[in-house]
Amino acid sequence: MSAIIEVKNLSHTYSIGTPFEHKAVVNMNFTVEKGEFLGIIGHTGSGKSTLMQHLNGLLKPTEGEILLGGENIHKDKQTTRAARFRVGLVFQYPEHQIFEETVYKDIAFGPKNMGLSADEIHQRVLRAAAFVGLKEEDLELSPFNLSGGQMRRVAIAGVIAMEPEVIIFDEPTAGLDPAGCKSLLSNIKDYQKATGATVLMVSHSMDDVALLADRLLVLNEGSVEMLATPSQVFVHAERLQQIGLTVPQVTALFLRLKQLGISVDPATYTLDSAVAQLLSLKGGKRHA
Amino acid sequence: MLKDITLGQYFPGNTFVHRLDPRTKLLMVIVYIIALFLCEWFVTYGIMLTFLAVTVAISRIRLKALFKGLKPLIFIIIFTALINLFYSDGEVLVKFWIFTITKEGIFNAFFLVLRIMLLVTGTFMLTYTTSPIALTDGIESLLSPLKKVRFPVHELAMMMSIALRFIPTLIEETDKVISAQKARGADFETGNIFRRAKALIPILIPLFVSAFRRADELATAMECRCYHGGKGRTKMKQLHYRLADLFAFLIGAAILASVIILRHYGL
Repeated sequence: MSAIIEVKNLSHTYSIGTPFEHKAVVNMNFTVEKGEFLGIIGHTGSGKSTLMQHLNGLLKPTEGEILLGGENIHKDKQTTRAARFRVGLVFQYPEHQIFEETVYKDIAFGPKNMGLSADEIHQRVLRAAAFVGLKEEDLELSPFNLSGGQMRRVAIAGVIAMEPEVIIFDEPTAGLDPAGCKSLLSNIKDYQKATGATVLMVSHSMDDVALLADRLLVLNEGSVEMLATPSQVFVHAERLQQIGLTVPQVTALFLRLKQLGISVDPATYTLDSAVAQLLSLKGGKRHA
Repeated sequence: MLKDITLGQYFPGNTFVHRLDPRTKLLMVIVYIIALFLCEWFVTYGIMLTFLAVTVAISRIRLKALFKGLKPLIFIIIFTALINLFYSDGEVLVKFWIFTITKEGIFNAFFLVLRIMLLVTGTFMLTYTTSPIALTDGIESLLSPLKKVRFPVHELAMMMSIALRFIPTLIEETDKVISAQKARGADFETGNIFRRAKALIPILIPLFVSAFRRADELATAMECRCYHGGKGRTKMKQLHYRLADLFAFLIGAAILASVIILRHYGL
């Protein structure tokens, strides 16, 4: 695999020189591989949102640099603008940025700004709407008449329609009901599989990221705490709790079983693996 | 970013100026403005400048922050200076084409620019050293005699504190929406004035929508906590005048008196 984003010695300080000076990101270093699904987790104020806004050039690093495909995104104005299209960013509560009269027009806003042909825009809007599960007849409705969950889908489609190489989601499921969460997350996974895009997802919910992510980036107070596969990360359950994070419910259960002396893998985080291990303990027979 | 605007910003601190009663500071600003408009010549302006400089020094407000507040007014200041420079009658010093510069014009321009700058920085000192909450409390208390004529003082103060309270929230929201639309490739920096105005639509509509949503939620939340206006409502933080406030009033009175007297002698 090759690196698509390289973060080098990134630091960011807000309001320098005022009483409100605040270091949000301190000397971060990491690499995002092309095509991977990277989960980003951290407590409130750990620098997740600040980091995200650096990755597509919305914020300028106080120190350090960000390479996108090997090129510094702040090299010149064109590179920065191009980075905005190459790295899509779905903010928290993205439905709060909807402004157009119809769903179709709102999804088309990004592609239009890219200067694509009318035909290409039309194709992309339809594709993006399909990915997030919007029906074609919904496209002519006013987005303000939709439910919160539907509005979120419209907003996400608006970013997907730009077909970025890297797409970053900031808590995409915040405030959705369980069914809505599940279907949205599977939409995101489908999108990644279909397009081969690199996906970064910020989340509080360990259960969500554990199931989807290839690797997890754990942040604490503006620095990288861990960067590894979910099972490698969840081994450090105690450390995670120290920095205000939890482990997935399945992992918590298996940790407890391990403590009770039962031979299971304490870093289990998928339901399938959990069931398999429990069954093998019982001698491999499935009882009714 | 928008967060950097200083207008009406409060710089927390614990100096003599910060600790003064907000009512004292409000009255001092009024006295200061009256005195400033009575100033005529170097001596009186000098008194005002000294007073401001001492206040700034005591409150440890950075000069940089003070000048930053003047930035949006640069155009008005230059415009006033030029108008006064070229259109004052009196002893002609220089004359070219349609412009004449008089001795009086130079003085007028100088004093007016000084007056605007002192006026703006002086009032900034009030908001720099007084938290918005203290400020509205002070205004409510100062206006309370108007309750007798059924003027809705409490409601006005409540509206002000809500408005002040939501300025940072709205700024944050604006920042977020701008970032989000920029992430979708919106371009606010290029194009002619019509294109730029049109580029604001994707920011303004989400902002209005969220402002109305917030207002609705706030109203519901207030009703849920049985808010029904100022009648019978008590305050957690009571305002009290202290010895320091008396001291400040004496200084204010002294400045006003000396400006009035010196003005009489044309100083």
